[in-house]
Amino acid sequence: MLTISNLHAGIEDKKILKGLNLEIKAGEVHAIMGPNGAGKSTLASVLAGRQDYEVTEGSVEFLGKELLDLAPEERAGEGLFLGFQYPVEIPGLSTTNFIKTAVNEIRKYRGQDTLDAVAFLKLMKEKMALMNIDQTLLSRSLNEGFSGGEKKRNEIFQMAMIDPKLAILDETDSGLDIDAIRIVSNGVNKLRSKDNAVLLITHYQRLLDYIVPDFVHVLYNGRIVKSGTKELALELEEKGYDFIKNEINEDEEVSIAEKH
Amino acid sequence: MNDSSTDIEKAVLKEYEYGFVTNIEADAAPKGLSEDIIRFISAKKNEPEWMLEWRLKAYNHWLKMEEPDWANVKYPRVNYQDVIYYSAPKQKKKVGSLDEIDPELRETFEKLGISLDEQKRLSGVAVDAVIDSVSIGTTFKAQLAEQGIIFCSMSEAIQEHPDLVRKYLSSVVPVTDNFFSALNSAVFTDGSFCYIPEGVHCPMELSTYFRINAENTGQFERTLIVAEAGSYVSYLEGCTAPMRDENQLHAAVVEIVAMEKAEVKYSTVQNWYPGDKNGNGGIYNFVTKRGICKGDNSKISWTQVETGSAVTWKYPSVILKGDNSVGEFYSVAVTNNYQQADTGTKMMHIGKNTKSRIVSKGISAGHSNNSYRGLVQVSKNAANARNFSQCDSLLLGDKCGAHTFPYIEVKNNTAVVEHEATTSKIGEDQLFYCNQRGIDTETAVALIINGFAKEVMNQLPMEFAVEAQKLLAISLEGSVG
Ligand SMILES: Nc1ncnc2c1ncn2[C@@H]1O[C@H](COP(=O)(O)OP(=O)(O)OP(=O)(O)O)[C@@H](O)[C@H]1O
Ligand SMILES: [Mg+2]
Repeated sequence: MLTISNLHAGIEDKKILKGLNLEIKAGEVHAIMGPNGAGKSTLASVLAGRQDYEVTEGSVEFLGKELLDLAPEERAGEGLFLGFQYPVEIPGLSTTNFIKTAVNEIRKYRGQDTLDAVAFLKLMKEKMALMNIDQTLLSRSLNEGFSGGEKKRNEIFQMAMIDPKLAILDETDSGLDIDAIRIVSNGVNKLRSKDNAVLLITHYQRLLDYIVPDFVHVLYNGRIVKSGTKELALELEEKGYDFIKNEINEDEEVSIAEKH
Repeated sequence: MNDSSTDIEKAVLKEYEYGFVTNIEADAAPKGLSEDIIRFISAKKNEPEWMLEWRLKAYNHWLKMEEPDWANVKYPRVNYQDVIYYSAPKQKKKVGSLDEIDPELRETFEKLGISLDEQKRLSGVAVDAVIDSVSIGTTFKAQLAEQGIIFCSMSEAIQEHPDLVRKYLSSVVPVTDNFFSALNSAVFTDGSFCYIPEGVHCPMELSTYFRINAENTGQFERTLIVAEAGSYVSYLEGCTAPMRDENQLHAAVVEIVAMEKAEVKYSTVQNWYPGDKNGNGGIYNFVTKRGICKGDNSKISWTQVETGSAVTWKYPSVILKGDNSVGEFYSVAVTNNYQQADTGTKMMHIGKNTKSRIVSKGISAGHSNNSYRGLVQVSKNAANARNFSQCDSLLLGDKCGAHTFPYIEVKNNTAVVEHEATTSKIGEDQLFYCNQRGIDTETAVALIINGFAKEVMNQLPMEFAVEAQKLLAISLEGSVG
């Protein structure tokens, strides 16, 4: 479904992603962990098409298309969803109206008929029950004054409404209380199918108890430096990132030494 | 990498949709302004002697006045001798009823989305259609007359209802009020007149559609609305003009009188040609609008959606004379490219327990400048006056400007006057968030600005809210990369 090959990207003169490779197949759940500043959110932004980041090398194939050639809204139309680490607020724009526009714009992109008010409401009721989200929240301005947890829930609710092929969830678990983690995880699990895939970015192995990943990767200094199964997350939890850093630093010292 | 400002400011103006010209022969006065021209206009309209005298007095006063320059707008001074003050489309025959209107003119209004065919009209709206200097027809007149409502062109009112006109004309905006009101009084050519008798709730929206068509012509319209005790009316005006390289002048005066317990709601959707993307051409919109809450418990509410004009200079105001009277001002002003707007309101609290509410939303894009200028005045006897003002500015890009000039003069210490102001910017992160959800940038901007302006848009009559929303989006189309 998604093949990232030798991806290099950065902002201004700062190199952030430095030759990242990753392959995600339909039906799989991948988790990416890694220390602060490693480039996890940057990877998510680059995949979603944020213009601030410049891709200097590499390619990303998504469902047979070169993702990097598409505008952000086209990527969404193709089935890519990003749950933001920091969802933005838009005063005055009702959440419902926003989601309705999003759902219908994506349907238009796919050549499907747009949903009328009745059909949309029906879909919304259904997903609201699934995500245990409150009607009053959805009638408020988009994310305005939402608590941290409410914003994250709203992201997952939107994911459920849009029903993407690939969902990238950037720290959707941070800021959620224990019940909310369970609800959000349930939601994600219910959307799991053999046709779609999930990329979870998280700092906590706790989330992975609820959403059990097929693969866990460690992103460090702009690259995936270690991949494994769920056990890798447990190992990280136990030992911290130091053991990985040590491995890498040794390698790098060698390569720097070689250059000189 | 694109930095956020350059990306936001790739300004490409979407073609102004109403920029066409109707090819119809005009009966026009020669350029320039003099006593003779005023006599010419008055004679054309077959006016009574008192009207001519009133005009000449205004003209002589105007000659002694200076064009004001205190607004936050810059434009080359108008050469008042280079303007045509009267231009009327030549109709093939004298129009007795709506059915006889020249098909060319009828089509012009159809193209603007204004049908003069009563059967085809939205049932809830009566229209007075004004092109250049004259009204070409008013719909639903007969139906309204059954309830004693007078809705006709100002020219007709001068002929048919001289007593009412004499009683109320310039009773709210004195001829000598300002440079443009004096000019308008001297040369006004048409406009609408509405009279709602005591206790009558006007059953439909009344509206006037102003169209400038002829070249080099100024439009000077005059509107007067009188709502007798306990009556209600909702009135709407719309306007457009062809795209031309030279600037054209529009200097209107609108007066509203609300008697005891009367309520008047006046809505404007102003879409005069704004000029091209380099700032050439466009309408100078210099307007004086004022209402008086004359009776106790009366209410006047102004709502305006200002998207057009090269330069806008207008402050719809309310004199709160009656006790417990209420004045409201809801405004969305959009400026793009090189447009300039200096707009706001004056709320003059005179009666006791009077209340006013001001909600102003300014949206600036391109190289434009958007200023809110407001005055809240509480006089000595206005015990318990209340005012709340909210002025919000939204910027698209960083070459545009937003300015707020709130003036407050309080002479009674029981008054409570509150003012809040915010300035925000449409951020790259907001747009990206929308893009990520499949919404392209143009649509995203429309969503964001409609959200920003919602409180004002909600005040518009239903029939026009949807149109106005589209208009907001169109005015800003292309202003964000
Ligand atoms: N817009 C930006 N301008 C400057 N530096 C940036 C920008 N975006 C990211 N960076 C830098 O790139 C690096 C990677 O940031 P990124 O947000 O991808 O980290 P992360 O792995 O998501 O971290 P966290 O776990 O804290 O969320 C950091 O050093 C960050 O400061
Ligand atoms: Mg991050």
